[in-house]
Amino acid sequence: MTAHLVIAPVLAPFLAGAVLLLCGRSVSLRRVLSTLAVLLQCALAVTLLVAVSDGGILVYRLGDWPPPWGIVLVADRLAAWMILITTLLALCAVVQASGGTDQQGRHFHVFFQMQLFGLAGAFLTGDLFNLFVFFEVLLIASYCLQLHGGGAARTRAGLHYVVLNLLGSAVFLFAAGLIYASLGTLNMAEIAVRAAQVAAQDLGLARSGGLLLLTVFALKAALLPLLLWLPPAYAATTAPVAALFAILTKVGLYAILRGHTLWFGVEAGEIAGLFAPWLLPLGLATIGIGAIGVLAAPDLRRLAAWLVIVSSGTLLTAFGFGIDGTAAGLYYLAHGTFAVALLFLLAGAIRRRRPVHGDFLEPGIDLPRHGLWGGIYFATAIAAVGLPPLSGFLAKFLILQAAVGQPLVWVVVLAAALVCLIALARSGSQMFLNKRTASPDATVEPESASRELLAIGGLLGLIVALTVGAGPVVDFSRAAAAQLADPSAYIAAVIGAGR
Amino acid sequence: MEALVALAIGTLTGCGIYLMLRTRTFPVALGLTLLSYATNLFLFTTGRLVMGRPPLVGGGSVTADPLPQALVLTAIVISFAMTAFVIVLALVARVELDSDHVDGAGSP
Repeated sequence: MTAHLVIAPVLAPFLAGAVLLLCGRSVSLRRVLSTLAVLLQCALAVTLLVAVSDGGILVYRLGDWPPPWGIVLVADRLAAWMILITTLLALCAVVQASGGTDQQGRHFHVFFQMQLFGLAGAFLTGDLFNLFVFFEVLLIASYCLQLHGGGAARTRAGLHYVVLNLLGSAVFLFAAGLIYASLGTLNMAEIAVRAAQVAAQDLGLARSGGLLLLTVFALKAALLPLLLWLPPAYAATTAPVAALFAILTKVGLYAILRGHTLWFGVEAGEIAGLFAPWLLPLGLATIGIGAIGVLAAPDLRRLAAWLVIVSSGTLLTAFGFGIDGTAAGLYYLAHGTFAVALLFLLAGAIRRRRPVHGDFLEPGIDLPRHGLWGGIYFATAIAAVGLPPLSGFLAKFLILQAAVGQPLVWVVVLAAALVCLIALARSGSQMFLNKRTASPDATVEPESASRELLAIGGLLGLIVALTVGAGPVVDFSRAAAAQLADPSAYIAAVIGAGR
Repeated sequence: MEALVALAIGTLTGCGIYLMLRTRTFPVALGLTLLSYATNLFLFTTGRLVMGRPPLVGGGSVTADPLPQALVLTAIVISFAMTAFVIVLALVARVELDSDHVDGAGSP
């Protein structure tokens, strides 16, 4: 079993999706199966995390072909951490979706599992072309999930989302081709080795291939010039799907981090640090434009979507500051994902309870259980802005600590936090304090409110757990960052496995 | 030979990008198709252009690189499926938005 542990998080959602496709019309059976499958994936993710927490790097050779000829799956601390975040987020999303969202169209749970399949594969694969394939798997699942439920707004945003991402896939193929043409390999560890020995006439090809890869990942991560597709697409889709999509931009950031530390990391000779000059300017500019978007958002969903962009920018900035920055970034990655997903779920819940005003930031009828929802919004806003006492504050503190001596970073990060604080405070007072009607004719709680509360409570619990367990989590992320900073162990584990 | 292949890839890419910037969904879908042809052709050349040689064995000292051919096969399958998806989505958009403009605006 331990020999196959690395591939288990990839196979589990794939098989679950196949079984769900076969299991007929029973709604409750599909919900139970899907939830159980995600629970199993959580357990697998925890097992994998424990297995790699001692610093070991697990390599799984598909078909037992030795690298660089065969495709390998590689689990290190970073990959296991990303998978754990994904599965925990997916658990909350599937609980919320089982409250009725999954009935707005067909095959919701199948696409959901395929999405997880693509995500797990993208985090674990050790091969550049295989990364492309898993990107396509997760993208086609995300197209179907984004369009789930139909409607004009969803279709309009979906068309842009699909076409842009297909263009991104074409660029990815050009980039992978250039890397293969110049370095003669697509195995990630082998790329790092060959990059150091690349011939002078191929240097330009390798550089342009690498920077095209950065462009593709920047599109997926919604960094500055390539971000306008995100707010409409995320705002138009259903709440649980938007919550799950909070991790999709992180796939792009994960790939940038992998490229920054491994493919073009310290061992890459002439083209080492290819991504390095781009991280800080792109990150800070993205934070800036994201903060403006947050301020301009007309409804809570769009506000959450712009917060995704702010968190992308913050993460990229953090990744530019060596081990300390990456460690802070990996902690922030978990927090940022959960906080934004929480805001999406909350926006969905509010929309269901305000039939006329939806989640537009304007006064409307009073919510049922006013105090409860207001309290949840308050806690969510604290988490999303990064105020004490929740984990967002700790994460931002760690990032700023890593960026000591960089006043521009401090100014941008703190100013963006202030702008988000103003926007969220204004939204909260518009929706919760500024009641237009008295409460007697307040709406009643819709069906399956308990599932919504369970999902939202689960995400809040995760954020509280990140806060309470900050010590061990930061220790882990520091260890993961240290492992990334020295790619020689990764390379030895992959290439050594072939000998 | 190199110049011819490079010209073909360049023309396909250029036409693909031009069509993708059009305002109707049908030219956009065509542009994506041309762009995927360009990437497929480009992937072939990444193993360097070799004429009349078998891949792997039996070709003496010079053989064609078989890996790009495997990559192209994968890329063709994926781009074919994605093109089909875009066309269906464009049809859905045509019906739901009552327009084939990419922003769903303007007269149909």
